[in-house]
Amino acid sequence: MALLQIAEPGMFAAPHQHRLAVGIDLGTTNSLVATVKNGIAVCLADEEGRALMPSVVHYCDDGDVELGFDALGARVADPKNTIVSVKRFMGRGFADVAHVEAMPYVFEATPGMLRLRTVQGSKSPVEISADILRALRQRAEASLGGDLSGAVITVPAYFDDAQRQATKDAGRLAGLPVLRLLNEPTAAAVAYGLDNAVEGVYAVYDLGGGTFDLSILKLMRGVFEVLATNGDAALGGDDFDHRLYCWVLDQARIAPPSAEDARRLQMKAREVKELLTVSEETQFRLRLDSGEVVDLAVSRAAFFEMTRPLVQKTLVPMRRALRDAGLVASDIKGVVMVGGATRMPHVQRAVAEFFGQEPLTNLDPDRVVALGAAMQANALVGNRKAGDDWLLLDVIPLSLGLETMGGLSEKVIPRNSTLPVARAQEFTTFKDGQTAMAFHVVQGERELVADCRSLARFELRGIPPMVAGAARIRVTFQVDADGLLSVSAREASTGVEASILVNPSYGLTDDEITAMLRAGVERAGDDFAVRALREQQVDGKRLLEATTLALAVDGGLLDAAERDVIDAAVTRLRELAADGGSDAPTLSAAIAALARATEEFAARRMNRSIHAALTGRGIEEL
Amino acid sequence: MSVDFSLDYFALFGIPSRFGIDDAELDRAWHALQTEVHPDRHASLPDGERRRAMQGALRVNEAYTTLKTPLARAQYLLELAGIDANVIGNAVMSSEFLIEQMEWREAVEEARAFGDVDALEQLALRLRMHTDEVTMLLSEQFDDSRDHEAAVDTVRRLMFLDRLRHDIDDGLAALDD
Repeated sequence: MALLQIAEPGMFAAPHQHRLAVGIDLGTTNSLVATVKNGIAVCLADEEGRALMPSVVHYCDDGDVELGFDALGARVADPKNTIVSVKRFMGRGFADVAHVEAMPYVFEATPGMLRLRTVQGSKSPVEISADILRALRQRAEASLGGDLSGAVITVPAYFDDAQRQATKDAGRLAGLPVLRLLNEPTAAAVAYGLDNAVEGVYAVYDLGGGTFDLSILKLMRGVFEVLATNGDAALGGDDFDHRLYCWVLDQARIAPPSAEDARRLQMKAREVKELLTVSEETQFRLRLDSGEVVDLAVSRAAFFEMTRPLVQKTLVPMRRALRDAGLVASDIKGVVMVGGATRMPHVQRAVAEFFGQEPLTNLDPDRVVALGAAMQANALVGNRKAGDDWLLLDVIPLSLGLETMGGLSEKVIPRNSTLPVARAQEFTTFKDGQTAMAFHVVQGERELVADCRSLARFELRGIPPMVAGAARIRVTFQVDADGLLSVSAREASTGVEASILVNPSYGLTDDEITAMLRAGVERAGDDFAVRALREQQVDGKRLLEATTLALAVDGGLLDAAERDVIDAAVTRLRELAADGGSDAPTLSAAIAALARATEEFAARRMNRSIHAALTGRGIEEL
Repeated sequence: MSVDFSLDYFALFGIPSRFGIDDAELDRAWHALQTEVHPDRHASLPDGERRRAMQGALRVNEAYTTLKTPLARAQYLLELAGIDANVIGNAVMSSEFLIEQMEWREAVEEARAFGDVDALEQLALRLRMHTDEVTMLLSEQFDDSRDHEAAVDTVRRLMFLDRLRHDIDDGLAALDD
């Protein structure tokens, strides 16, 4: 960032100057970056002319990070350190993620958002996503020739607060000036609606790699008003691959596959799924590391049959969104299809049957979201031209509630409220002189708090002491245009502002983000943790060499029991140093253990060499 | 342009202060105001101005939500007429109405218990028609006879019907899975 850029963030000094702005579709399978050039939204390609970048990150053992196409080869060769579909982990705990048994990763048991252990240390989904975003930022800066003034990142409309916050944090970590999170179906509607100058009520059916959204929008006189949105934040093309993968394991009667073979089978499943979109039958043929050969004929009909429940699952959000919008299927003027998974013929057929009309497939389902995001980014930085003007009115996808007595959720902001929205709720104290109060914010439609998603626990402090029931604390919940919640509180009779302590259930705290930013991660290889790990690896190797040499020379100074203790410590350290998954603190502990175990040995060797020196013999003779 | 917080919601949108409103006119006025105050229109302004615009956007959306739905609009009109929400909440309902409510409730619970989607949808349709009748009555009470005493009773009835609609929706949502 230029040192002379002293204007406040988001405030631009010179008017009427074209500012560089991008829209980013951070997808489960592929990601894209787009911009508006000469009034037309275009996707930015890499040096080889490819616009799509696979959302794959490979953490190499030499500290390098490979991304996109460069990382594809490592999916089978190094599955543990090659992360695919990281979007499914955003803002999620370990217990929330489906099909973990088929994943090759080493998950860490951390409270809140899950983490993955890689050869480059422990990684949160936010950091991994930031690596993808950073690559796209660099592509855009190289292509546009300058620093970006603004970026819009798209998220599934059905993402909850924790998933949205995680995405925004990833953008910050990647050094992007994030102006806005934009819902994917809304972005698609903008691209489609502006290009075709349509008016009326439209549905956007967005089935991506890992998420499903259904939004109903009213397009009128340049206003895109979302009437209702619904979806499933854990349903997408990946699940179709997984069904086929399970079917193959079952049909071929193969033993539980290794991590490498599992990856091979999953990749093959995706390939076969895509082939079945264009052909009636294909062969699932693969030679595994285990020596087994899979060779199965898969017909389109069989694939449709095994994945029918997944297609059926998308009908539920469709019904709910229509009901919430107070509409019936025949009120919908057109259905826009978004996401690569909508290429599957049985998905298109199910949508056509539901709405009683053929869906609109005349746009590229992979790119339309990025293009819409670019248009919005362009407008937000002020490149908007007169007459080229529109407004997005989006909604909150899931109700926000507060935990009340008996573990019930009391809705504060109902789903499908137009953003931004604020609601105040009044509380009182139940004890004399009470100065603090805690509450728990959840998101979801279910009655029991346990069935909703925990967002955060807030603690109010600094309430003026009064008799029980006298204080009137007005707590305001505000959700901004990004769908992100903030909370403020004030005691109504005295006007005292209470301070709020936020403990996000799945997100990172502001301190954590600040610490990560301070670590200055321009490249993951410069990451403090990685550097610390490499230092420990070097130290460990040095100690192992020294100990081995000393044992070979002076092993006679030790009795069998003493020797066993040292050998055990050597073995432990050697194993950890060889295991790419070790982290710096573990290695450091093993180094310290070996150093302690050899203390007495070192002292004896010292004595011996001193003795030798005193008797006139050179150390080299010993 | 900034939002004048001293105006009531009708004045804010420049529409007549009455129960019967033109939905399209309200929508147009809402869009016109949001075009001025929505955060997206101020992304390139300094923090202070963005915050002020945000307060305006929140106010405009709150006003729109209140006027858009008949029940909230009726409650707001009573509030403007100086009638306390507690008065509405504690209005005495006729036993005839309460028995009718119990019948509705039993029908909804039965349909939910049997997982009968068609029955629930039929109930939703009937309820919608009934709600329209009650809304017509409110329109007459607010705009023609200007009888706020009578309107309090009708608003209370509408609150029951709204609660019922939520129960039917919850029932349908539960059967979707």
